[in-house]
Amino acid sequence: MTGPDARRDHPAAAVDDAPADHKAARKAAGSGGMLACQILLGLAILLIWQGASGRLVDNFFISNPIDVFRRLAGWIVDGSIFAHLWATVYATGMGFIIGSVLGAALGVWLGVARNAARLVNPYLNALNALPKVALAPLFVLWFGLGIESKVALAAVLVLFLVFLNTFAGVREVDQDLIDAARLMRATRAQVIAKVILPSALSWVFAGLKISVPYALIGAVLGEMIAANRGLGYLVQFSGSQFDAAGVFAVLFVIALLAVGLNFLVEIVQHRMERWRIVSR
Amino acid sequence: MIELRHVSKSFHKRDSVVEAVRDINLMVAPREIVAVIGPSGCGKSTLLNMIAGLYAPTRGAVVYKGARVSDVNTDVGYMTQKDNLLPWRSVRDNVAFPLELAGVPKPERAERASRVIAHVGLQGFEERFPSELSGGMRKRACLARMLLYGAETALLDEPFAALDAQLKLAMHDLMLRLARENKQTVVLVTHDLMEAVTLADRVLVCTRRPATVALEQRIDLARPRDVLNIRFSAAFKELYDALWERLRVEYHEEPV
Repeated sequence: MTGPDARRDHPAAAVDDAPADHKAARKAAGSGGMLACQILLGLAILLIWQGASGRLVDNFFISNPIDVFRRLAGWIVDGSIFAHLWATVYATGMGFIIGSVLGAALGVWLGVARNAARLVNPYLNALNALPKVALAPLFVLWFGLGIESKVALAAVLVLFLVFLNTFAGVREVDQDLIDAARLMRATRAQVIAKVILPSALSWVFAGLKISVPYALIGAVLGEMIAANRGLGYLVQFSGSQFDAAGVFAVLFVIALLAVGLNFLVEIVQHRMERWRIVSR
Repeated sequence: MIELRHVSKSFHKRDSVVEAVRDINLMVAPREIVAVIGPSGCGKSTLLNMIAGLYAPTRGAVVYKGARVSDVNTDVGYMTQKDNLLPWRSVRDNVAFPLELAGVPKPERAERASRVIAHVGLQGFEERFPSELSGGMRKRACLARMLLYGAETALLDEPFAALDAQLKLAMHDLMLRLARENKQTVVLVTHDLMEAVTLADRVLVCTRRPATVALEQRIDLARPRDVLNIRFSAAFKELYDALWERLRVEYHEEPV
């Protein structure tokens, strides 16, 4: 919808990523030496941080690893972090599911209905160019301060990415295959179900993969804007209390969550590997 | 059965217009096998695309069983030069695809697919995917799909071009047998004169682009034909030589 280049960017980027990620993962896991070095690097950074804090930079601004660890441990012990974590995970997950279903459905529909696509094209371009985050106040207005508005923000971010990929995938389907199916008396529904959808599937998956981190971004941002729960809220709250240790502690949790989500995507993708080879 | 009335087709490429087919008239009777032969790139495939209803002629009309072809012609089975197998389906599922579209129950279509796959010598490859097959094997899978489909008219665009000589003979035999069994009308595009004379009731020699019919030759060889030995008969040689004389002109004029 945003010109052929933009359309092609997403899946290509996602597909190119995949082998590189695998290779990096295999290398890191394969050589224990590298893993040891990586751990050492992490420890070194923590040590420098601890050393600099209070000496080179005021503790107020950068806190220090020990305080951050204590804060985190405190939250885990009293269990308060889990409610926030769950709120963010829930908003991310729901937003991802709703956004991908709507995005894929819209992509297939507009990919097939050429005239409808041409009709709404300028509006979709405008909506896509709009920073979706700017919709957050609107969602708060519509869905309230609760988790629904965070789900909505995550869903909108996911929706556009999945939509663009699906749309491009449907447009990429080999016309000769469609003609062949039509000559074999395929109905329009059969052409869509048995030719267009399977053919576009790898594009849809590429869209799903790249949109996972965006679901998290949407959820966290939504929580930062207006909420009383969630990791985003906790960052915002700690910041407003001038509690640098708290901010760092939440950032650490968010980073862990992001890594966990990426890991999940990797596993799913691994299972798809056979299918990917087949679809080529 | 099939009627081309003063059919012409031009393609617009940016500013230039390429005329692929010019003023072709052709009548194909039911159950007739017509071979169209001519230099490659002369517009033979365009002809088949128009009969299949995938292209509309620029001028003239394509009539199929008395009705003008204006949309995809679902009464024909079309085997294109490019293999149109679905890459995410195994050979068996590809071959059975038309049956699946028609709602044939799964056990029956698997059974029928296996039989026709064996016919084209692909047994043992039923579970393979198109990307795992050679070009010739993909062609055979396409052929199997079309044979299984059993459309009343078969359009074949150089179906045997990628096959080795022995397999080609076996496929010729299979095609003739199944066309007879299924009472099919066949339009076959080829650049192999031997193949054209062996298979067809009538051979059309096309000129270089834009394609027009340079010569029409009836092939009055008795049926059923022995695809291996028919080429050694005197009648075959006579027809072959006559066609070759005309065909040679088309190749001869081509700038080298």
